[in-house]
Amino acid sequence: MLQERHPLKGHRISLAEGVSLVIHDAEDSSRFNLRIAPENLGAASKAFGCELLATIGATATSGGRLALCLGPDEWQLYAPLAESRSIETTFAALYASCPHSLVDVGHREIGIAVEGAAAVLALRSACAFDFDTMPSGTGTRTIFDKAQIILIRHDENRFRIEVWRSFADHVWGLLQAASREIALGI
Amino acid sequence: MLLIRCPYCETERPEVEFVYAGEAHVARPVDPAALTDDEWKNFLFIRSNARGTHFERWRHMHGCGRFFNAVRDTVSDQFAMTYKAGMPRPTENEIKEARS
Repeated sequence: MLQERHPLKGHRISLAEGVSLVIHDAEDSSRFNLRIAPENLGAASKAFGCELLATIGATATSGGRLALCLGPDEWQLYAPLAESRSIETTFAALYASCPHSLVDVGHREIGIAVEGAAAVLALRSACAFDFDTMPSGTGTRTIFDKAQIILIRHDENRFRIEVWRSFADHVWGLLQAASREIALGI
Repeated sequence: MLLIRCPYCETERPEVEFVYAGEAHVARPVDPAALTDDEWKNFLFIRSNARGTHFERWRHMHGCGRFFNAVRDTVSDQFAMTYKAGMPRPTENEIKEARS
C-alpha cells in the first residue's frame, strides 16, 4: 500500500500576542529543476506557460506556476501538483528542437511558509545574509543553519522555504526555537 | 564571517554559501604527454602561496553554483574584488582601484 509521508504535515506555529508570526507547512506542489541555454529561454517560457526570467533571483508567476532563476542556466519551476505530468510531456516535445534537462524534484523537497511581521526575524536566526538586500518577488538558494534551502520572498512579510525533506525536521526545530524566543521577546 | 560578492548573483553573501577551490589562473597544459616530470609536478603541486594579494577560485556552491575568481589579501583576509571565471587576471591598477 502506498503511504504518504510528509514530515511536517499539519505542523503549525502561530504567534498572536504582540507580534504576528505564522509558520506552517505549505501546500505541496510539483517542482522541476530546469537547465537550459539562456538563448532558448523563449521556447522554455512558452512550454511552461510562464515567463522564465534571465536575472538570477528573479521570479515570475502565472496561473499558479512559478519560475525562479537560480543560476545563469538554472531554473526552479513550481506548479500545482496535478500539472506535473503535462509539464513533463510539453517539455519532452520540446527536446528535439532545443536540448535541455528537466528533472522532477517534487518528492525531494517540502515547502514551509513563514508569514507575518516577525518573519524576517525568525529567518534571520539561521540565515546569515542581509534580508534588506532581498527585494520582494525574488528567490535564492542559500543556507539555513547547515541545510541548503531555496528561499522565496513573495512580499515583505511572506516567505516560502523549500528544503530537502530529510532536513525538514531540523529546519522546523530551529524555526520553533526562534519563534519561542520571539514570543518571549528575547 | 566573511562576506563575498558573487559576480554572477551580484550580491554579497556569507562565506558559508561558498567553497574555496584553490589558486586561480592555473592553466592545464594542452599536451600533458609532452611535459617532463618536473614540469608536470610543477603544474600539479607547485602553487604561488602568496603572502598578500592572492588570485583564487571560489564556488558559490549553495547559491548559483558557479565558479568565479577572487582577489584576496591573505594577510588581512580582505577581498579586493571578484570577477567571473574566464576573465583575465586584473591588473595592479584595477585591484588598487577596487580596494579604494
